Amino acid sequence: MPPDSRFVPLEVKPDTTPIMIKHFTSSLSKFLSVVTLFFLISFTGQSQSIPEDAASISAGQTLFNGNCKSCHKVHQQSVGPALKNVYERAPSIDWIKGWIRNSAKVVASGDEYGVKIFEEYKKSQMTAFTNFSDEQIMNILAYIQAETKKGPDTATAPATGAPAAGAETGGGLPANYLNVILIGMVLILVLLVIILGFLISSLKRFLDQKNLSEEDREVVHSPITASTISRSRGFIFIVTFLVAALGFKAVINGLYSVGIQQGYAPKQPIAFSHKLHAGDYEIDCKYCHTGVMKGKSATIPSVNICMNCHRAVKTESPQIQKIWQAADWNAETLSFGPNQKPIEWVRIHNLPDLAYFNHAQHVNVGGVACQTCHGPIETMDVVRQYSLLTMGWCIDCHRKTDINSKGNAYYDRLVELHNSSKPGTNMKVEDNGGLECSKCHY
Amino acid sequence: MEESKKIYWKGLEQLTNDSEFVKHADNEFGQAPEENLGHSRRDFLKMMGFGMSAVALAACEAPIRKAIPYVNKPVDVDPSIANYYASTYTNGGDYCSIVVKVREGRPIKIDGNSLSSVTKGGTSAQVEASVLSLYDNSRLRAPKAFNSKTTWENLDKQIIEKLGTVAVSGGKIVIVSNTILSPSTKTTIEKFNAKYPSTQHVVYDQVSAYGMLKANEESFGTAMIPSYDFSKANVIVSIASDFLTSGVSPIEATKQYAQGREVGEEKKEMSRHYQFETILSLTGANADYRSQIKPSEEGAVAIELYNLIAAKAGRASVGKGVSKPYLENAANDLWASRGKALVVAGSNDKAVQVIVNGINDMLGSYGSTILGTPVNFRQGNDEAMANFVKEAQAGSVAAVIFYNCNPVYDHPMGAELAEGLKKVGVKIATAYKEDETGSLADFIAPDHHYLEAWNDAEPKKGYYSIAQPAITPIFKSRAAQESLLVWAGETNVDYFEVLKNNWKNWFFTGGNFQAWWDKCLYDGVLENPGAGATLSFGGNVSAAADAIAVNYKTAEWEFVAYENGTVGNGSQANNPLLQELPDPITKAVWDHYVTVSAKDVSDIDFREAKTVYATLGINGKEVRLPILVQPGQTPGTIGIPLGYGRTKAGKVADGIGVNIYPFATLVNGSLSFSGAVTKFEKSSETYQIATTQTHHTYMGRQTVIQETVLSEFQEKDWKREYQPEVTTWRDKDHKVKPGELSMWKGHHYNNHHWGMAIDLNTCTGCAACVVACNVENNVSLVGRQEVINRREMHWLRIDRYYSSAVQPESWSWKQAEAAAENPEVVFQPMLCQHCNNAPCETVCPVAATTHSTEGLNQMAYNRCIGTRYCANNCPYKVRRFNWFKYHDNEQFAQSNPAMNTDLGKMVLNPDVTVRSRGVMEKCSFCVQRIQNGKLGAKKERRPLQDGEVVTACQAACSTGAIVFGDINNPESKISKLLKIRPTKNEKDEEDITRVDKIAENPRAYQVLEEIGVKPNIWYLAKVRNKSKAEA
Repeated sequence: MPPDSRFVPLEVKPDTTPIMIKHFTSSLSKFLSVVTLFFLISFTGQSQSIPEDAASISAGQTLFNGNCKSCHKVHQQSVGPALKNVYERAPSIDWIKGWIRNSAKVVASGDEYGVKIFEEYKKSQMTAFTNFSDEQIMNILAYIQAETKKGPDTATAPATGAPAAGAETGGGLPANYLNVILIGMVLILVLLVIILGFLISSLKRFLDQKNLSEEDREVVHSPITASTISRSRGFIFIVTFLVAALGFKAVINGLYSVGIQQGYAPKQPIAFSHKLHAGDYEIDCKYCHTGVMKGKSATIPSVNICMNCHRAVKTESPQIQKIWQAADWNAETLSFGPNQKPIEWVRIHNLPDLAYFNHAQHVNVGGVACQTCHGPIETMDVVRQYSLLTMGWCIDCHRKTDINSKGNAYYDRLVELHNSSKPGTNMKVEDNGGLECSKCHY
Repeated sequence: MEESKKIYWKGLEQLTNDSEFVKHADNEFGQAPEENLGHSRRDFLKMMGFGMSAVALAACEAPIRKAIPYVNKPVDVDPSIANYYASTYTNGGDYCSIVVKVREGRPIKIDGNSLSSVTKGGTSAQVEASVLSLYDNSRLRAPKAFNSKTTWENLDKQIIEKLGTVAVSGGKIVIVSNTILSPSTKTTIEKFNAKYPSTQHVVYDQVSAYGMLKANEESFGTAMIPSYDFSKANVIVSIASDFLTSGVSPIEATKQYAQGREVGEEKKEMSRHYQFETILSLTGANADYRSQIKPSEEGAVAIELYNLIAAKAGRASVGKGVSKPYLENAANDLWASRGKALVVAGSNDKAVQVIVNGINDMLGSYGSTILGTPVNFRQGNDEAMANFVKEAQAGSVAAVIFYNCNPVYDHPMGAELAEGLKKVGVKIATAYKEDETGSLADFIAPDHHYLEAWNDAEPKKGYYSIAQPAITPIFKSRAAQESLLVWAGETNVDYFEVLKNNWKNWFFTGGNFQAWWDKCLYDGVLENPGAGATLSFGGNVSAAADAIAVNYKTAEWEFVAYENGTVGNGSQANNPLLQELPDPITKAVWDHYVTVSAKDVSDIDFREAKTVYATLGINGKEVRLPILVQPGQTPGTIGIPLGYGRTKAGKVADGIGVNIYPFATLVNGSLSFSGAVTKFEKSSETYQIATTQTHHTYMGRQTVIQETVLSEFQEKDWKREYQPEVTTWRDKDHKVKPGELSMWKGHHYNNHHWGMAIDLNTCTGCAACVVACNVENNVSLVGRQEVINRREMHWLRIDRYYSSAVQPESWSWKQAEAAAENPEVVFQPMLCQHCNNAPCETVCPVAATTHSTEGLNQMAYNRCIGTRYCANNCPYKVRRFNWFKYHDNEQFAQSNPAMNTDLGKMVLNPDVTVRSRGVMEKCSFCVQRIQNGKLGAKKERRPLQDGEVVTACQAACSTGAIVFGDINNPESKISKLLKIRPTKNEKDEEDITRVDKIAENPRAYQVLEEIGVKPNIWYLAKVRNKSKAEA
């Protein structure tokens, strides 16, 4: 918990946002099953038609990250085959297009090369991307070609700037000011002590030169010991006051934390690691949390989503075996059995029933990154509740966050009215009633 | 209201300004619950100790909550996102095409399906409430044989064996059912017949239309009911037909009726409606002219009307009629608009219906307002059913299958049937509950609830409708059709396959079958209307008139048993949503009573519905029920609602009232639900009927209702009579509208400004909206005693006002009688008005109720500390306080199962908080629907379209009387209806974002406009189509 307040800074910093959540361009349906791809045989001359300009490569990268990356890497085998040189290995560019759009059809047609890959990858089927245009596929190939040429070192560089929340950089300048002021004050106090010391000694000397009675002399030369200090009224008052104040603060803090589960990281029935999946493998959050763009619930993935990969990947692991048991998986027929047992995950983020929170509004409409509320999830082996999830925390964000109105015609009129009434300011969530009761309570 | 002398009142106690009424009207909350607040010092210490430990406990780890995802998630189910399935509501002969809202596999709300051209998106209270019947705890969990649970295999084995024995000996097998609308079900019954040829299918209806079927057979050659079109009729005359509540097709009729009643600047014409009836029915309450008759006079009134019109048409007069007020006017109006006129009668007597057919024939209604397309709603045969009971009693029935019907309760010869069943060898019931009939059966093979089952329906010839399951069967039930097929020894018993094949064979015309079938499921309806038959009248009117003269004698006291708008025929009586729904007319809940005219029981001091019991003698049987004094009721008559007196319906309905079905008799070959009362005695035993009639009143402010007559409305530059103005400080001649003055600067609504318009002219008062609101918003049901304590929780109520031009000279019961003799009625749905200068907001000490930037008056339950200041300060009395914890509370388990049983809780809307004790609540304008609509638009990055956000009450309204929308959007339906004009801001520019908007529709007014709270709801004044002299 940051020391300064109960509120976690929430600025969305596009530049520190991990790559994996940068691209929300594609629809979710595309992620719903697993992928396999092409191989072998080079067709020289065909790579000539793959564009090489920077715009195509960049567009291709976007598409690749959004759609392909959950299953394919360029230089390594992942769920599906590594894609380097694919444009040379595959029978033809047209074949690749056909395969991407509907691999099942290619396999069903008895295509020799297609059947071979299908068998090789344990009959897991690649998602059909029926609505990809020729140009889009060529852009993806352009990106793959560029990456292939670059070689593995640069292509597999780790994702940069993983943590999203700006706690480290959040309060830069004001904190410095504070330090300067503090140091200044300490210096002044030290000077004061020194000056006072001088004053006392010179006063003593002055008094010693006078003729004082024995009593007065004792007072002037009374020794300053621990016992005299501890018995002094001022000291007792200060100590009592400090104890009372700290105690009061502790009670208040304790009361405020009632029902707050920040840092809650229960043991889950299956030791699923977000660090491995979202961090190392860079699988898009939306691949598993399919509801996040659609509705209130982001949804905990159903077993069939796990089985998209884990029918083939790391099947020997005892953790994966638990998934197989839940699905009553039949490895022979590659199908779910009759004795399915749902996995009972422990719910980490618990909002009270009286609060309505909708993921689609925040992630889809608002464009808020997952990490804004869930923290550096891609670094967590065990997920913990990162944010406070109190109403104050919600409100704070609604005060600070700009409405993501760009390209959303719903907001056009509102932006126009806002610009005419408060020119030069950004329209915050609170400007559109984001602090009102019945936006969240009904 | 200087001009009009009319006064409006909710109940007789208000009319007489009874002291107790005044006391209660002053006291917003009735009585506070009694609690001993004398706590001792020891209590204080105990509580302190408890409080400390509670805090200590709360500081510990919170309870572990599990999140359990699907193993294999269905593709089309996403947690937190609703799915909608088109389906069909059928309950006996009642029909409605619906759309079911399903959340995580649970149906939670029913809306109308606008693709159906029969019900056109309309619903009724029963349809809206039926979703809770799905989660009824009294449903059977598994099949039963001889009163013990069994498996389907066992049950089938035993039944097949027994039926086989019966078939070998040639014994008679009878299938008894209500009207079956499903053509596929009919085919399964045929298959059963093929296996057991000695089977007879007997169809009966609780409230039958057999007289009409027989009359039409005589008149047109086929026993059918034609399609009525009330929207095409300029003049409607109804002789005791409550076609808006209990007619042949009430939802359809309501929709059509409202079309004819709608007026606007562009359409300054409306239908004129005459009603001749005994009790004050919902239909009668909507009539322009209403005349009181006795039940025995229905035939005579029809004859008189026939003769009046025959005189104009040049036909011979028949029989002897009886003259009634307005009858001659009705005849003149009918004749004047012949070809666009319609006469209907509620009587189940063939003779009366033949006369009415004769009238319609003279008026040229056939082919215009009555179409030859037959409807299948009420096909019951009273004579066949009576025969069956006699055969059962005689022991000549070997086996009987009760197909989803309950004749032991809802047939007049139920007791005889129960007796006769002892002589029937094999008794099988398929109802999904062990009801009065099922409990007498050897075998119960529970059918699915209609929301769990595949089915189809043909409400009208050529109009098909499909029902698809919206939930996996909750219990071990099985489609009754499948049961029949299994018992018939069929190999293909999957009813879904049967149904699909039937549709393929009957309707599929080629192309891609799967695509066609998917479209059928998506639409829920398939309509191939053929040209209706031409109906040419050939009935014998004079013979009918003779039969009437023979069959009816006027008695001093007569009764009529009727279906009310809440529990109806009693088949859904175990639904607390309907039990706690105030009857549209009497406003009674949870109670059974007899309605009597004030004139007849002037000795009863009917204040706060405190009354005495009456004992009635009818056909040698006696019935004892409390008396409800009903304005408008014909003197000398007694009305008794059907549908009560259930004994095996379940926890909710059992023990309420008396079963009235046994009092019906066969008259002229069909069942008559009226007759002479031989004894009418009042006892001294007192009883208080639970009614909501005088709760939440306006302290005598008479401008709450505004109305006019058509002739005035048609005048150029017509203005409402009441136009309040306030004199300003400038000078005494400077007057402004109260809404133009304000202490506040006013809100600015940059985004949306939600508003509502309610048309009092098309609102029929049917109360479907009230049930829809309850279901959508998890509104608690509180039970009978709490309603008496004035603590009902309904967010939306329908105020029913009586009005009469008779101004009592003194406040006495005698004067009240005169006013109450035949009052006009007006219905006003009343809900939170979402005032822009809301009085509730300014008095809340904790800011729990505040105003939103979209014009909503918001209520934050978790912030409310229950001071109730807001409710005290609400001029509309629309705030409701949770006096108790209504959920998870054994005390409310009977009245509020939706929050007290695990099964019932499945109906709750997961998007709406279940409120706890001690907080205030009220209409939220369905804010969850608003938020959802906005999110949908934002996700698609486009502006919100008009019509995307629909409140539950608006969706339920069959007549379209409720219009909700964004009045900041000049293109929205509501802006156009109200003719919203923005006012000018400080810079003298028109500014739509300002609160103050002017509704230029001359009928639009705001209730209590004069107090300047600036509501966001406008009402459109009622227009009556009657002459000015009589208004």
